[in-house]
Order: sequence, then structure tokens, then C-alpha cells
Amino acid sequence: SPEERPQFPGASAEFAERLEFIQPNVLAGIPVYRVMDRQGHVLRPSEDPQLPKEQVLKLYKTMTLLNTMDRILYESQRQGRISFYMTNYGEEGTHVGSAAALDASDLVFGQYREAGVLLYRGYPLELFMAQCYGNASDPGKGRQMPVHYGCPERHFVTISSPLATQIPQAVGAAYAIKRADASRAVVCYFGEGAASEGDAHAGFNFAATLECPIVFFCRNNGYAISTPTSEQYRGDGIAARGPGYGLLSIRVDGNDVFAVYNATREARRRAVAENQPFLIEAMTYRCAAGNSPRECGPGTPGSPQKTPIGHHSTSDDSSAYRSVDEVNYWDKQDHPISRLRHYMANRGWWGEEEEKGWRKSSRKMVLEAFEQAEREPKPPPHLLFSDVYLEMPPRLRRQRAELERHLETYGEHYPLQQFQK
Amino acid sequence: LQQRRGLRLSSPAAIQVTVRDALNQALDEELERDERVFLLGEEVAQYDGAYKISRGLWKKYGDKRVIDTPISEMGFAGIAVGAAMVWLRPVCEFMTFNFSMQAIDQVINSAAKTCYMSAGSIAVPIVFRGPNGASAGVAAQHSQCFAAWYGHCPGLKVVSPWSAEDAKGLLKASIRDDNPVVVLESELLYGVPFEMSEQAQSKEFVIPIGKAKIERQGTHVTLVAHSRPVGHCLEAAAVLSKEGVECEVINLRTIRPMDIETVEASVVKTNHLVTVEGGWPQFGVGAEVCARIMEGPAFNYLDAPAVRVTGADVPMPYAKILEDNCIPQVKDIVFAVKKALNI
Repeated sequence: SPEERPQFPGASAEFAERLEFIQPNVLAGIPVYRVMDRQGHVLRPSEDPQLPKEQVLKLYKTMTLLNTMDRILYESQRQGRISFYMTNYGEEGTHVGSAAALDASDLVFGQYREAGVLLYRGYPLELFMAQCYGNASDPGKGRQMPVHYGCPERHFVTISSPLATQIPQAVGAAYAIKRADASRAVVCYFGEGAASEGDAHAGFNFAATLECPIVFFCRNNGYAISTPTSEQYRGDGIAARGPGYGLLSIRVDGNDVFAVYNATREARRRAVAENQPFLIEAMTYRCAAGNSPRECGPGTPGSPQKTPIGHHSTSDDSSAYRSVDEVNYWDKQDHPISRLRHYMANRGWWGEEEEKGWRKSSRKMVLEAFEQAEREPKPPPHLLFSDVYLEMPPRLRRQRAELERHLETYGEHYPLQQFQK
Repeated sequence: LQQRRGLRLSSPAAIQVTVRDALNQALDEELERDERVFLLGEEVAQYDGAYKISRGLWKKYGDKRVIDTPISEMGFAGIAVGAAMVWLRPVCEFMTFNFSMQAIDQVINSAAKTCYMSAGSIAVPIVFRGPNGASAGVAAQHSQCFAAWYGHCPGLKVVSPWSAEDAKGLLKASIRDDNPVVVLESELLYGVPFEMSEQAQSKEFVIPIGKAKIERQGTHVTLVAHSRPVGHCLEAAAVLSKEGVECEVINLRTIRPMDIETVEASVVKTNHLVTVEGGWPQFGVGAEVCARIMEGPAFNYLDAPAVRVTGADVPMPYAKILEDNCIPQVKDIVFAVKKALNI
């Protein structure tokens, strides 16, 4: 009867008289939104964001420049020049597609595989390299492992190693931003593995209860180091969790920059207008270096010509858990860079000439920045003591003075020439 | 007679204030003073706080300044850290610091280390506060002391108030500090009234972080303590005074940065040192005091090894008689002093 509705404070719903369990993948999985097919043809013209040529070129150049920088820095780690590196192969589409959809002042919390967002915002190659080398030009003062970039001027929060800790922080920041400036959004990136962390659960829940202008962006690349998604979760990915927390959610083709762009743009607009969180799950794959094996160039001069497979990081060898066939499929059939190139070629915006010219000049830029980074000294030793607190406490000041005195007397026994004065 | 009575009606000087009310005043004054300050935690708003520390604040300041959170320490600690990174000055309440272990990654790896790891470009002006250490009959998972754990970490400041003045002055200083500060309160002290001077009643009353206070002057032995054991030391000092032993009682007030200079000056005078704490002995606050005394000039003035009085090295039991014997009592402090003085 109509008056008989459940009165429980915890949920508003109808009664049910049949015993029935809800299936986890009741919709046979949330569908994957895309704009282009794998050959770069727009499937529905109304979904084409119709970005101006310069912006599309910027998307392409950012992705390929990132790819080139990745190859050189990956090689430099294999050669022992830097201690660690993480490449972004195959996921460049998620970076630039989303970065292009944000306002320049939107605050970005990343996990560690979002360098393309920073590159799109104009972070110079020199500073990427300086951070990886931990040299004197590094705004991070050599404090962190490579790829832990940060840039307050470009609203990119310094990367922190523990997984998913950025998720509730991003929510807190969105809460603060909501109070301070109603036109800004926060974007929080994380991988599908990190989404298993308790912090992710708490962050999603709080974003909804605190009504925050935040876009959660999950890069689902199929693997968490060696753990495939089939072992990471049994539900329908990350997007299906969103509604459980009260988040508007969507799954997109992460290798389709326009799909990523459209979803991020609309999510961002509504998050700010309506003060509610959104969840985007971008499906992608952790790739090998080139967008097809025949197009892979050599790494740094003198290194053997080979295609680095997209390992989780330089501490990983993914041939232990992925077949070459699987990796090659993604390289050849479905790569964000080649799909965008097809789109540009279809419009007559890009051909072999431009490709050759850009490869040459982008490689030159990266190598120049690389050589400069190699030459730079390390930060001066006295920076060991600063920034533990905002003001240096007396104990640390005394220790710094002790070190100075020590170096004055015994400096010749230390490789001080490697360090800036 | 009328005239004499009139002359006595001067403005009140010191009044009796409980630690709970002192903390409440501190929060109220800082919420009023700076709109960026806000309080979050479980039950802090509508319930007036699990221990009523935030009584009346939600009613006065509303949803934006006093926020009830879902039950997730890692969640709301992370939220608070993120808010602090951007613009706000959160006061994050842990219902007890035992529960902070669920959030400890956010406190240490994020709040404490971010300034350093971001090379000074990200400040985290956050306060984590709540009751710490032993309570009454709440057993092992609700009785641990975290002074040594948090005091261990560079990047954090850690304070441990004892009296109502300590509580108010240190909490205000912590909220105004631009670094992450851990404020270790004591549930057993919340209801205890202390005399609060006229100066301490002012809205601008702040106690500097990193400065210890000599609560009682003495000549024969230095007692160093923080939080509730400070009271026990004063009681022990009263007992010992009858036997002709005059104790100097130092209230550390701040665990990190520790004011070892005050302790050193005292040991130089008394030549004997006894540390007292509620926490476990291994790697504790007393151990740090002893190590630093050894490393500094006061070592040469010690006439006997320092003695530590600590909580018993067991998880806190529930049965009252056991619990009572697991925390330092006045008799334990008296015994330790006599041991140090060899009397």
C-alpha cells in the first residue's frame, strides 16, 4: 500500500517482497565512452569537441615530447645515471586529454604517472630532468626520488610516494577551495591499484558528504606492478564503485584524447557549478615505448636499439608477467598517440614531413635538456638542514654551522666539486 | 566596615578553570580570531565532542567551522592535511591518539615530511589533538602514550600540556604555528581544575612551543615530567620535602623541540636526575632526556646515574588493581628519588 514505505534513516527505498541479491556486474559492465575509433575517425560528429588546430597539435606534441623524454630518462636509469624512473608509455592520452580540459589554476594531485599534465601546463624539460638528477636547478632541492615533481606556480602538488594518500588530501583541498574560490576545481589522479587503499574509500565517501568540487580521475591500465585487475578487484572496475559513494561516474576510453577531454570538461564544469564530486575511470594500458615497434628510435647514443617494454618502473621487469604478444597488441592496435595522429592526418593537419621534422626537433630539445642536467652540480650541502620546519630550529642551525666548520677544515676529503657552493 | 568591603571588591585575579574549559576557550578564541581555523573529527559538532572539549562551538560557528566526519581517521586526517596544504588551518581531533595509528601515514609521511620533501613550497599548518596515554579502565587499545612515537619525527612539533594554562596557551600557540603540531592531551586531566592567572585568561595568552617550565624550585634532585605525571611529581615533592629533600620539578610542556637547556641548568644545580612519564620505557621520553644530558655539559655535574620512572612495559591491563600498578604513582617517584640520592 502507498503509505507503507520504509522509514529507516539509513536508506530511502521501496520494500521488496522477493528475495533477490543484486549481481555485481548487473549492467554487464559500465560501457566505455569513446569519440574516435582506433583509426582516428570521429564516430558521432556531435561528440567531436572540435578543438582548434593549435590545441590539437599541442596535445600531440605534448604526448610525443613526453614519450621522447621518457625514453631518454629510462635509458639513463638503465645506464646508472639516475637512480629510478617511471615511464608514461601508453597513458599519455589520459594526461593531455584531461589537462586540456582543466583551467590552468585547477589544483592537481597526482600519483606518479601524470607527468604529461605538468608538461601540458608548460613545465620545462630542464626542470623535469633537474628533479630526476636531483641537481642544483631542482626546485625540489634534490629531496626526492625521480619523477616526484611539484610546481606550485602551475598548481601541481608535489608527488608523494605512498599510494592513494593524495585522495583524501585532494578532497580536503577541494573543501578549502570551495570556501575560498568558487571557480576552481581539484583533480585527483590515481591508478586502479591505488583505488584499493583505504584512503581511496575514505576520500570518495568524504568528497560526497562534504560536497566538494573535485574530479577523481582513475587511470586503469590493467596492472598494478604485476597484479592484474582480475586479482585487484572482482567488481566492475572503479567506475562502478562511484555510485556506491554518491559520485556521478563514467568510464571512458583513456586512449582516446577527445573522450578523455569531453568527460573531464563536463565533470569539471559540473563539479564546480554544483559542488559535487565526479569519478572518471579512464581505461588504458601500460605500454611499450613507441607507438609501433618499427617507429622506435634508439635511446641515448651508444645504447642498443630496442623497444623498452612499459614496466611499472625501472625496478620492474614486466616480461615476468606479461606476454610480448599482449604488449605488442596495445602498441600496434590501440595507442593514444597514433590514434590522434590518424585524426590529424585525416584533417590534413599532419603528415610525414611534419612527423619527421617534429621527431628531430623534439629529440634535440630533450637531448639538450638532458645534457645540461648531466653537467649541473648537485645542490649545496647546507640545504640538508632547511625546510624540516618552516623556520630552522636552533638545533639544526647549530648542526649546519658544525658542518660548515667541518668542511672548512676537511673539505678536501669530500667531492665538493660535485656540489654547488 | 562598608568602606572596607568596598575596597575588597577589586577585579578577580586568578580563577579556577578545568583543563576541558581551558581547551574549549582556546578553540573558541582561535576560531573567532582566524576564519581559516576549523575543527574536524568524530562527534565534535552536534555531540559537543566525545569528551565535550568542543562544547558549544558548533552552535556558535556552524557547519563550516566545526565538522562531524565519517568514521575514518585516515580519511579525515588526509582531508585535513589537504585542506592545510591549500589555505585552511585545520584542528584535527582524534578521539584518542590510539586511533591516530590508523591515520599515522597521513600525520608522518604527509603532514610532517611535506615541507621538507617539497623543498619548502608546501606548508601544512595543521594541529592534531586529542587525549593521549592512560585513562581509567579502558585497557590496552585505548591507553597507549604516543609522546615517543610522534616526538621521534622531524617535521612535527609535539606538545604535552599539564595544567589548564598549559592547555590553553599551548593549544593556541599550536593553532597559530605554521608547522604541523601534535597536541597530546590527557583525558584524566580534562575535569581537573587549575588556577588560571589573569594573564592566562586573556585572548592573547600564548605559551611558546619549545620552552619548559619549572613548576617547583628545588636543590637536591631534578624531576622531569610531562602531562599528568607532573602533578604526581609535585605530590612526591611535597612528601619528600617533609623528609628534607627538596625536588625541582620541571614540566617539559613540549616534547619536540625539547627544552633540554632548562633541564641541564637544573641538573647542574641539583646533580641528580629522575625522569617520569606514563609511556613505556623503551625508546621513551625519559630515554631521550637521559641521552641528551649525557651528550651535554650537565653530564659532568651528575653525582649518580639518572633514574627513569615509566609506565610498566606491558599493554595496559583492564583490572583496576593491575592498571593502577602499571602507571607511575607518587610512591614510585619517591622511591626513584631516594634511589638516585642513595638514601
